[in-house]
Amino acid sequence: MTKTITIAHGNGGEENNELIKKVFYKHFKNDILEKSEDAAVIEDGKLAFTTDSFTVSPLFFPGGDIGKLAVCGTCNDLAMMGAKPKYMTCSVIIEEGFSTRDLERIVKSMKKELDINGAIVVSGDTKVVPRGSVDKLFINTTGIGEIEHKGISASNLRDGMSVFVSRDVGTHGATIFAAREGIELESTLQTDCASLYPQVKKLIDSGIKIVAMRDATRGGVSAVLNEWAKSSDVCIEVEEESIPVQEEVRGICEMLGFEAIDLANEGTFVLCVAKEDEAKAFEVLQQTHTTARLIASVSEQYKGRVILNSSWGTKRFLDLPTGELLPRIC
Amino acid sequence: MQKLELKNLYDDFRDGKTIQAYARIIAQDAKKLDKPINIMEVCGGHTHTIMKFGLPQLLPTNVNFIHGPGCPVCIMPKERIDHAYVLSQQENVILVTLGDMIKVPGSNGSLQDARAKGADVRFVYSPMECIKIAEENPDKKIIFFAIGFETTTPMTAVLVEQTIQQKIPNLLFHINHVTVPEVMVELIDSRDVHVDSYNNQIDAFLGPSHVSVIAGSKIYDTFPKDYGRPVVVTGFEPVDAMQGISMIVKQFVEKRCELEVQYKRVVNHDGNVKAQKLIETYFEKMSLFRWRGLGNVPDSGLKLRNSFAHLDAEKVYKSVLPIAEIEDHKLCICGDILRGMAKPQECTIFGTACKPTTPIGSCMVSSEGACAAYYKYGNLI
Repeated sequence: MTKTITIAHGNGGEENNELIKKVFYKHFKNDILEKSEDAAVIEDGKLAFTTDSFTVSPLFFPGGDIGKLAVCGTCNDLAMMGAKPKYMTCSVIIEEGFSTRDLERIVKSMKKELDINGAIVVSGDTKVVPRGSVDKLFINTTGIGEIEHKGISASNLRDGMSVFVSRDVGTHGATIFAAREGIELESTLQTDCASLYPQVKKLIDSGIKIVAMRDATRGGVSAVLNEWAKSSDVCIEVEEESIPVQEEVRGICEMLGFEAIDLANEGTFVLCVAKEDEAKAFEVLQQTHTTARLIASVSEQYKGRVILNSSWGTKRFLDLPTGELLPRIC
Repeated sequence: MQKLELKNLYDDFRDGKTIQAYARIIAQDAKKLDKPINIMEVCGGHTHTIMKFGLPQLLPTNVNFIHGPGCPVCIMPKERIDHAYVLSQQENVILVTLGDMIKVPGSNGSLQDARAKGADVRFVYSPMECIKIAEENPDKKIIFFAIGFETTTPMTAVLVEQTIQQKIPNLLFHINHVTVPEVMVELIDSRDVHVDSYNNQIDAFLGPSHVSVIAGSKIYDTFPKDYGRPVVVTGFEPVDAMQGISMIVKQFVEKRCELEVQYKRVVNHDGNVKAQKLIETYFEKMSLFRWRGLGNVPDSGLKLRNSFAHLDAEKVYKSVLPIAEIEDHKLCICGDILRGMAKPQECTIFGTACKPTTPIGSCMVSSEGACAAYYKYGNLI
């Protein structure tokens, strides 16, 4: 570990994992935590339990705001364990001088998203800190959900299984980057920020056995695939051409030197099912987003690794994104 | 006229069938080579393309790449990174630079570390953003730490011009611009005592297209003529790179030694004359620029002309900037890699002590550095 924490330690990639393992897991160590799933499964598999803190600049962005993000993020972590989001807490740290009107706008957008999930906020906390102590507003939400589909786990992948993405990837990351100060890119892009429970419910109702499911937030689809390959000790072989990316996202990636597959999403998940459920899963995913695609299959070629196959017959490893995302120089 | 979309600029240049077709042409032609050839791609952008798209997997064993020194972040000596670090620590200073530069470790740490300790360090995509930052922070000095080859120099020149025309009082420059042809000459024909022992292996050069968009293909005239090395100015998409490689192989098969342009859709012999004039107006050559891993290379760096000394942070902050040259880590072989003498895997600390998360050598820092590209795309396969 480096002596001080840098931005890179919060990137959802390699440095982030190092920080979690070497500082938090070291002291908090227990069986449930070490499963390192999106949400902890407790009470004999009946409940899913998770927490997430939100900080984003700008607070309002095309297609969403920090409030929507704060509800989606936590509810999606529950949904990814096959759970129906039920009860939430909401804790805010507000910088002195913050506009009350903006705060209410954010809380309203939280309420709207809670309704989509059928969840309620049952406890909360507010702190106001002197100017400069936080960047405008930080929100923490914690959620409890009731598990409707048991046995979803990052360590369940086996040879021959199929991997999908639920829609085109990288939209949230590209939207936020384009809206950031210092970049000045004009675009009509909107974040993919959305609650995933309704889509998960459809999958559960269709009778498919969900092997693994994870929303591709920080670190993008790359991070999810790498975590799965490691947890299940399998190789995930991705067909590069089949990864769905919106033209505008691709354009931003080309200009700034990013890969869409490394960018954060807030309403996009990766799904693994057995080969026999492949057709059904595709059909159900397509009902919500026509850009959903089968992108990879599980093999044993290079255990613990993710491979990208190009359409011209070359292959390369896809690693966890590292470092802070920085635009290329020339 | 049909609207040109962004995807038109790259879609066809990544077509799998076209890439495979070039692979077949190269394989056919390479059978006629009397000896293996080593092509140096000068630019880190090409290294990135070659590794990202797995091009070596498509080439016959007698066509090899030597990864050159063309990554502006990789060649920055530690003492200049220390300059940036020290400047960022000055009171009421905002240090602005481009992308990856904030990750390179100097002797006190990187700009990222400086930022974590409270310094105001910002990265921009376009240097013109500095004007906005200067306007928004009238009580602070904004120092633009300028880096890059011919490609990014005109942007800095425009910023200098605007600073003068708009009379912006609080924007200064620390110039670290370098030029491509001088370092290519250095690699072939070293006068440096340290390099005399080096038996250079470079048979031909793949020239970066974006450099020639500005500087023209004329900057390479001398290489086929005076040094017996063919140069093909080549674009950055995989189809471009494969076509450029095939043009080089053809030259060897047909016993030609010429300057050719693959990237004809933009590059001409003279380049962007307006941009060149702008550079000429504000910058002049430094007699020596010290390249990380390569040492002093004559005439390869630029500095602000003396008449603009009041904008030059190196002069304004002279009293606080360290001057001693700092050598690289003993085990790091970035110098040999930049010279094309060694591949990243030959380094004993590659992928172990030196990784993108904890870079020791400069080639591991930027995504365009040879080591980072090997680590990210090339390890194990």
